[in-house]
Amino acid sequence: MNLLTVSHMNAFYGDFQALFQVDLHADAGEVIAIIGANGAGKSTFLNTIVGNIAGLKNSITFAGEEICGLRPWEIVSRGIALVPEGRRLFSSLTIEENLLMGTYAKSKNALSLAQIYDIFPQLKSKSKQSSLSLSGGEQQMVAIGRALISNPRLLMCDELSLGLAPVVIHGIYETLAAIRDRGVTLIIVEQNVVQALAFADRVYCFQEGRVSLTGRATELQSDQISRAYFGLEGAA
Amino acid sequence: MTGWIDSILQGIMLGALYALFAAGLSLVFGVMRMVNVAHGDMIVLSAFVALWLQRITGVTSPFLTLILLVPLMFLGGYLLQRTILNPALGEDILRPVLITFGLSVIIQNGLLQAFTADSQKLHGGRLEVASIPLPGGLAIGTLPLLTLAVSSALIGLLQWTLYRTRLGRALRATSDDLSTAGLMGVNTPHLFAVATGIAMVTVAVAGVFTGIRASFDAVSGPDWLIFAFEAVIIGGLGSLWGTLAGGVILGMAQTIGARFSPGWQLLSGHIVFLAILILWPQGLFPRRTE
Repeated sequence: MNLLTVSHMNAFYGDFQALFQVDLHADAGEVIAIIGANGAGKSTFLNTIVGNIAGLKNSITFAGEEICGLRPWEIVSRGIALVPEGRRLFSSLTIEENLLMGTYAKSKNALSLAQIYDIFPQLKSKSKQSSLSLSGGEQQMVAIGRALISNPRLLMCDELSLGLAPVVIHGIYETLAAIRDRGVTLIIVEQNVVQALAFADRVYCFQEGRVSLTGRATELQSDQISRAYFGLEGAA
Repeated sequence: MTGWIDSILQGIMLGALYALFAAGLSLVFGVMRMVNVAHGDMIVLSAFVALWLQRITGVTSPFLTLILLVPLMFLGGYLLQRTILNPALGEDILRPVLITFGLSVIIQNGLLQAFTADSQKLHGGRLEVASIPLPGGLAIGTLPLLTLAVSSALIGLLQWTLYRTRLGRALRATSDDLSTAGLMGVNTPHLFAVATGIAMVTVAVAGVFTGIRASFDAVSGPDWLIFAFEAVIIGGLGSLWGTLAGGVILGMAQTIGARFSPGWQLLSGHIVFLAILILWPQGLFPRRTE
């Protein structure tokens, strides 16, 4: 079943066009990875879906409903959650309050704090601390937990592994696999191509605001990817 | 000696009123980084509206007007924020300052038009002269004591709302990071309007208590705004209990100054404010940074 369909997405920062006619779809339960160089438009794409950036002449349908043009709080209450780049925790709130903010939109379907602490046990003892006192990996757990507690149908993660140690990244991907197994559809933006290919069902490669390559993760060839990633014509 | 103690007690109770002036100002600034230059005029406006409500309903106690005044001011604040102030918010913090400055001029002139330039006063009846005797020949006025109790209770209620409720959590989260709060499902324009509505509730209460305590006219607002700013800055931004303490310090500085000479009342308040600004630029009780 098709959960998210994006057609012809264009996005602008003032006069600067950051996305050109991007098409992307995700079926329920699928894991989509978006790869591409810095500035290729990956984060812009996620932020346009949640309504933080106004798109132009595009269509975004989620669960059969057009969500393009809605405000962020209207979009997230329909079951989309974004783990933003740089985690963006609320610094004057405790860990627990940060997690509870995730339940603001739709509190009746939301998970309980206990369910989040089951997934991230090490957050429980620190629940009353400020988010500033945590390590980078723990902050990322709070950011994921805060998105997950709303019980979204679509979870989008922007640059989860940025600045984290490999062992921490490994743990976070294990958690994402558990989230996928609950039936949550995932769209992850990932700089690490090997990680993305290993985890995702399908991959979209962005280059200068356009989709330069898309396919099943198992079927893409490495030379295809490096061409799509760097835009080198005829490079092997 | 009793005179000095009396001044200190009077100062504490006057300061509670200043803290009430400041609480709304501080809430609005904290949540949306908006400086409301018309805050003092809004307090004057609510005193005049209380006067008007007394006239048309015929109630004798100005406190009873709060039953209508509080919801009216909340609604007025909500609509003002949604229609005029929200569109002005953004990167440039000067725009809301200019707009609220314009509002201040409009309110002052509107009040002149509607109520003339005459000084007015709300009449609290027997309560104004009632007092509670203390040992040593001292007495505490019932009205100042009531002002202190109501101000502290209202500030306590605000603090509780901010730190113990879902609404308060959303207000603090939005203060931290507006766009991420939107991602959590917070309808931020609505939340801002609710914050201004709450600030206007403190303004309504402040208007009635100030109107009973002292006379006011259409252009009293800017003076009251200064006291609100001074209380916020003495106490330190972002802490409501600090704001209460800041108000009390300012109030005491004024009443103690007035003991030397009536002309020193306002000046000594400003001097204490400046001294604290120089010695502790962050205020006496800044928000904890962990």
